[in-house]
Amino acid sequence: MSTATVPADSLWDRVRGYTPSSRYYPVLATLALFLGLFAVGGVRYEGFADPQVLLSLLIDNAFLIVLAVGMTFVILTGGIDLSVGSVVALSTMIAARTLEMGWSPYLSIAAVLTTGILFGLLMGLLIHYFDIQPFIATLAGLFLARGLTFLISVESISIKDATFTEFAFKTVRFGDYYLRWTAIVALLVVAVGAYVLARTRFGRTVYAIGGSESSAMLMGLRVAFTKVGVYVISGFCAALGGLLFSFYILSGNSLHAVGTELDAIAAVVIGGTLLTGGRGYVVGSLLGVLVLGLIRVLISFDGTLSSYWVRIITGALLLAFVLVQRFATRRQR
Amino acid sequence: MTQMDVQTTEAGVASGRGRPVIEMRDISITFGAVRALSEVSVRLYPGEVHALMGENGAGKSTLIKALTGVYSIDAGQVLVEGEEHEFHSPAASQAAGISTVYQEVNLVPNLTVAENMLLGREPRRFGSINVRAMNRQARETLERLGLDVDPASLLGEHPIAIQQLVAIARAVDVDARVLILDEPTSSLDADEVEKLFEVMRRLRDQGVAIVFVSHFLDQIYEIADRMTILRNGRLVEERMVAETSQLELVKLMIGRELESLDRLDRQGTRMASGDGEPVLRAVGIGRKGCLEATDLTLYEGEVIGLAGLLGSGRTELARLLFGADTCDTGEITVRSERRRFRSPRHAIDRNIAFSSEDRKAEGVVGDLTVADNMLLALQASRGWLRPIPQSVRTELVERYIGALDIRPADPTALMRNLSGGNQQKVLLARWLITEPEVLILDEPTRGIDVGAKAQIQAQVAELADQGMAVVFISAELEEVLRLSDRLVVMRDRRKIDERVNADVAVADVLETIAGESRVEEAPGA
Amino acid sequence: MPETLSPARRALRHPLLWPVLALAVLLVVNVIATPTFLNIRIQDGHLYGNLVDIVRNSAPVLLIALGMTLVIATRGIDLSVGAIAAIAAAVACTRIVAAGDEAALSTAVMAVTYAVVVCVLLGAWNGFLVSVAGIQPIIATLILMVAGRGISMAITDGQITTVNNPYFSDLASGYVLTLPVAFILALAVFALTALLTRRTALGMLIEAVGINPEASRLAGVRARTIIWTVYAFSGFCAGVAGLVIAANTNSVNANSLGLWIELDAILAVVIGGTSLAGGRFSLTGTLVGALFIATLARTIPNIGIPSEANYLFKAVVVIAVCLLQSPRARALLRVRRRGPVVPVLAKGTAA
Repeated sequence: MSTATVPADSLWDRVRGYTPSSRYYPVLATLALFLGLFAVGGVRYEGFADPQVLLSLLIDNAFLIVLAVGMTFVILTGGIDLSVGSVVALSTMIAARTLEMGWSPYLSIAAVLTTGILFGLLMGLLIHYFDIQPFIATLAGLFLARGLTFLISVESISIKDATFTEFAFKTVRFGDYYLRWTAIVALLVVAVGAYVLARTRFGRTVYAIGGSESSAMLMGLRVAFTKVGVYVISGFCAALGGLLFSFYILSGNSLHAVGTELDAIAAVVIGGTLLTGGRGYVVGSLLGVLVLGLIRVLISFDGTLSSYWVRIITGALLLAFVLVQRFATRRQR
Repeated sequence: MTQMDVQTTEAGVASGRGRPVIEMRDISITFGAVRALSEVSVRLYPGEVHALMGENGAGKSTLIKALTGVYSIDAGQVLVEGEEHEFHSPAASQAAGISTVYQEVNLVPNLTVAENMLLGREPRRFGSINVRAMNRQARETLERLGLDVDPASLLGEHPIAIQQLVAIARAVDVDARVLILDEPTSSLDADEVEKLFEVMRRLRDQGVAIVFVSHFLDQIYEIADRMTILRNGRLVEERMVAETSQLELVKLMIGRELESLDRLDRQGTRMASGDGEPVLRAVGIGRKGCLEATDLTLYEGEVIGLAGLLGSGRTELARLLFGADTCDTGEITVRSERRRFRSPRHAIDRNIAFSSEDRKAEGVVGDLTVADNMLLALQASRGWLRPIPQSVRTELVERYIGALDIRPADPTALMRNLSGGNQQKVLLARWLITEPEVLILDEPTRGIDVGAKAQIQAQVAELADQGMAVVFISAELEEVLRLSDRLVVMRDRRKIDERVNADVAVADVLETIAGESRVEEAPGA
Repeated sequence: MPETLSPARRALRHPLLWPVLALAVLLVVNVIATPTFLNIRIQDGHLYGNLVDIVRNSAPVLLIALGMTLVIATRGIDLSVGAIAAIAAAVACTRIVAAGDEAALSTAVMAVTYAVVVCVLLGAWNGFLVSVAGIQPIIATLILMVAGRGISMAITDGQITTVNNPYFSDLASGYVLTLPVAFILALAVFALTALLTRRTALGMLIEAVGINPEASRLAGVRARTIIWTVYAFSGFCAGVAGLVIAANTNSVNANSLGLWIELDAILAVVIGGTSLAGGRFSLTGTLVGALFIATLARTIPNIGIPSEANYLFKAVVVIAVCLLQSPRARALLRVRRRGPVVPVLAKGTAA
């Protein structure tokens, strides 16, 4: 952008002269935070700088990454989805129960994903057509999914299906290092999400609604379709995240993923997405999840700090990002 | 009505362009109990700039929103090229070739200029948006309009004026048959206005019908061919601009109301201005984009009338005096104490009261009772820990319900169930209860029935007789002249005249407002 | 528009009609399932029975919902109350454990006071973020919602802290004048809230700010002070609720104490007829709402459904109440009910 006026520069000059657009600052800040944390860990703890630590980060947080992608869509429109944690639990339960009943694993997966989509559709319709605040409509979704989970079974059901267990441990090797398929699915979701947001009319309408819903309406954009659509996407992602979670944990339990919606929201915000909508990137949310995961790893490496510090640090990061966003947007107006 | 019919026919023949591209016939729109438009007809011809003229509440915005499918029409027809259409959404209206640029930029600041111009019709390749083609297409359109804006930059990074022009570029880019520009110039400077006009002329010559709304008469005379004048939701007349003098136009816009009002003969009953210590003296107060540096001095027992058209700076001045908006320049002295009002509370503490022109958004607290609405300002200044004693409450509320003849005379009635006139009286009472020294009333009589209007006018006169300094703003010139002791005329965001109101003729003031007594006019801000 | 309605019609229009009716229906369902449901007996000078359990169990939700009512009336929301409750419990329990004489009355009083002060400060922090920093309430309180349980665990060092102080446990299981202390405490806070809002001008100013913020600003209302006050009060209520919950088990588990209670509290407020859009609020409605939620929790096992299905019913209630409040859904209902009226009206405007 800045070099456009100076022709025939060497590549080095162009790289040196490159200044990223201010709209990427939040994501770059998150990236810097991630790299900084990784460097601190690498210096302080033996074995931390191993690339496998990074790959494990992806594996352990695969389901959260998928949730965060769906949540990014919703938050970009200025909404919020509190139901994702419960939908994850419901998904693990539906998968475990249907497999226990002897369904084909593919049928079981289809049932889980359909349920997630229907959940999103229901909440989206309530929000758009009946003007119910996203927060309260998805709160109903939270209760509904959790209630259904309990209704299916109060007890934990373990998953013993061969296809599931096989897929759960299937890895891709890169020399000494490996990645599980669940993580690859998560990365695929990130890629698809990023593409949809950046390069489709649907995606751009998501941003437009977040910028100003009334303007989007007056510009003749498909506001209703898009607004309902983001909740459907979030519902789908929650169900898919639930599947990845059941691969990871190989059981269905009504107390799985309690409070995960907060982790997903926190990851999205720490990834630089504006909670009021209109600004943010899926890649940022991926980084947000990784930052949260890295903090967890750091604490476990340290050994002297307790796990609850994760929450406190997450809260502090949230506060910092929200305040910075607040003052950045205030200055622009 | 018959006279109008004759006139419009003549105008239609005169233009010689045959069939209108859009014809709106006898459009009526009602919101709840309020008739926003009644039987208004407008015709738009291809290749013409059509000015929509009228004061606040005349129905311009409502008419535009009816045409763009934002509001649904209760009665009447919209014909596009002679065929009846019903627009149920902005998208439907756009599909029929009607593009709109609203006063508040209706774009999204968080996307790029190119995206804002092409959102919803981006060039695509294999289903995905081709950003390069989009930027190129946007750049071409911008260049055609003579705008040097980077299409890939974020819209929000540009000043409002550029955003406004981008909005126009978006509207132009769809090959619109009709382009509606609702006050596009209110945030532009003179050069930018000229740039906009160039674009408008080019489009007009290509056969686009342009609807233009502006508060600046000079701009109307520079660009518009035909105009439709509205008042209080009714059609006044359709005229050719070249055949109408500015004075005539101003008369049509703010001219005499048909209903007769009791005359309030108060001239000469009070002290001439300039005597004694002023209650409030404002020197050089101004705010960027709202009001140029203006002086105003208020004396006890005097009604100052602010005359001028909508957008002339009359409301802006009132808001600065009250601290509803903060001043960039100048200072205010209250009772020889210098003050900076950073919020309305500071002004209220200095015994200043202000009743906003926007009764619904800035005055009425609809779900509270009449009594609570009346006592709101007094209670706010006492703080929540010191509630007004019940006996005082009852006494005050009953006194003002009686004195202002508020109906229903029920303190527990909900404010939103009252008629506009009675709501206005409650708001007046809200401020009278605080016993102000300066009372600023911005269009207190707009949109209320004749009886309530006369009562409010009588009340204002009485308050001044009791020694209050009153600033009275109204779009109706007769009303201002009838009530005020001193007259301040505003135009183009500044004070252009101030005189003692002794036998001031309506015609004189109209001329001042219309700018005909002035030798030269600087257009724009 | 002078309203001359017969008493019956006025009763039909009363905002409390639906909440009270819903509560009554629940009770009837219970009586059908268990005819002795409403029986109350006296044992050792205390009242026992389902109804007594319901009012006692409703106390924490009622307490939090009272603060939430005022917050919602200002167009806000407080998501952090569950976390604040956990912090209050953690502070009080660790104080009691650390005190020299663990079972003394002075220890309990000191610990409780300390906890409540901390919670008021946390509420004020929320108020600061909302009113001064200008952050949306849902976002501002989300921060403490996320961090709060971590803080609570940090205070208890991640342990489930058990206390042994009879005065403290009386907060939940004690009886005064045959009634559970918890409920009397909640009623006292209810009365305090009513006094605070209806005997001072706070209630009126809260409603004015919630209904029309700009009109209130121009009338000189100090919205900032008011918003600050209601969030601090919400913190106070959450703190007291946390103490009651902790006293019930004589322990604090920072992970689970008051989990999702913010959602129950919001539900109670909404059932009570206070709109989430802010404005008019009804404390009595909130009281009925909290009782409804506690009764629902009792009803479900009583009619033979596993109690975990509670969530399912809450979801249905949330959706039903929101649809009842939604203008769009109401309009749909109305059109269906009196379809022929519309064309007549249209003719009237055309004439």
